[in-house]
Amino acid sequence: MAPPSSRRSGFSKKAQYSVFTGYLLATLGALIGLVLLAFSLWQPAAFAPLRGAAQDAVSPVGEATATVRSGSGGVFDTIAAYWNAGSQNAALREEVEIARIRLAEAEAVVAENERLKSLLALAEGEVQPVATTRLIGSSATSSRRFAYLGVGRVDGVEVGMPVRSARGVVGRVLEVARSSSRVLLLTDTESVLPVRRASDDTVAFAEGRGDGFLRVRLINLGLNPLKEGDVLVTSGAGGYYRPGVAVAILTELTPDGGIARLMANPSATDFVSVEPIYEAVAVNASQVPVEQRIDTGTTAEAGGN
Amino acid sequence: MERFANSARSDRYGSRINRDRSPWRAVSVPYITIMLASMLPFLVMADVMPVLPPLGYLMFLGWRIMRPGLLPIWVGVPLGAFDDLFSGQPFGSAILLWSLTMIVIELIESRFPWRGFIQDWFTASLGVVAYILVAMTVSGSSLTPAMIVTAVPQMALAILLYPIFAKVISRIDRFRLARARRIG
Repeated sequence: MAPPSSRRSGFSKKAQYSVFTGYLLATLGALIGLVLLAFSLWQPAAFAPLRGAAQDAVSPVGEATATVRSGSGGVFDTIAAYWNAGSQNAALREEVEIARIRLAEAEAVVAENERLKSLLALAEGEVQPVATTRLIGSSATSSRRFAYLGVGRVDGVEVGMPVRSARGVVGRVLEVARSSSRVLLLTDTESVLPVRRASDDTVAFAEGRGDGFLRVRLINLGLNPLKEGDVLVTSGAGGYYRPGVAVAILTELTPDGGIARLMANPSATDFVSVEPIYEAVAVNASQVPVEQRIDTGTTAEAGGN
Repeated sequence: MERFANSARSDRYGSRINRDRSPWRAVSVPYITIMLASMLPFLVMADVMPVLPPLGYLMFLGWRIMRPGLLPIWVGVPLGAFDDLFSGQPFGSAILLWSLTMIVIELIESRFPWRGFIQDWFTASLGVVAYILVAMTVSGSSLTPAMIVTAVPQMALAILLYPIFAKVISRIDRFRLARARRIG
């Protein structure tokens, strides 16, 4: 289709100027975009309030679609079960899978308990989740992996809190708005999670690869002790996640660790819970620059504020 | 008195007698549909990889290519800013890329004023593939080979979706220009 003739400026000075102004404005717009982009790459949290307001506005719709999504998921599961075996073996399979994860976690808890008891007989209470909710949305078109929650500041959610489902860790709260929050999923390439093998104390980092798998990097290099099928759980290092929560299963070995598949597929999970930061003191301490700590002459207390 | 044939009293935009199109609808519909398409992927749960093509950008591209001159050339700024709020990209990436798209398509149009649908499809495909790649580069994530592999189905879906979007946009355009306002 040819452009309409009204956009050909011809000899009219007025039309020529308006076409020129249009180009000028568009170029200015592109420059503004470039500056904003550079600024938000430099300070990722700079536009969080704007985004937060937009999320708050859309989150009621997200709640509705999340409810429908989990409902329709159930319908599909039922159909699939009939299709496969004529019985509800899909549900049973899922139950067995969760039981296996629980078993691996229990193994990790036993190891954890032994270690703690041997150290100082630290009594650890049950963790009370800050909020239990559904994932209402995600960044489905971007190469970043974010999910959105329908709970926010008014519900007590704070930046850095771990998000987990019944199956394992989902991610960590990145931005909090009034009644919604943004979660950095484990599969994002900027997500790094300290993990250890459930059966012993082999520690590693699990980094997102951007395609649904985690890249596991051992901290102690040398002979790779990992095996396919090993269950990785959080180690508690860094202070954000409490130790012993299932993260991933190793599917492939590499010289410095392996490739692991996530336990908690966020789209397959119904409800997630936001838990308080495991060791807030440790997290704060790690954010205070070393020089400042030396200057003030205190260590943990300075970070604890 | 001579009477019109029934078929002559109305056309595809509705009755021609006593009706006119609504000015508000004619102006606002493209913007509303582009903004809705920007918000739609927010509601889809994609945890392991990007599953949807950038619907907002596809809608924007479709309106621009199918109805030249309808959107002002600077429109990438407000619409891009709105898309950035929901896309998960760093704020500013869509402002930049949508503005550049407007300028580039304007240049293409002045070179090739007469185009067929296949040529438009080709332009849109190039545009959306470039958009996905550049958006990935500026998303703030560290690029891995796996990410590029996961973007391939996204690009393929985007290319295949363009004809459907073109069809939908032409339907919406008919709604946009429908004679809905009663005169007198």
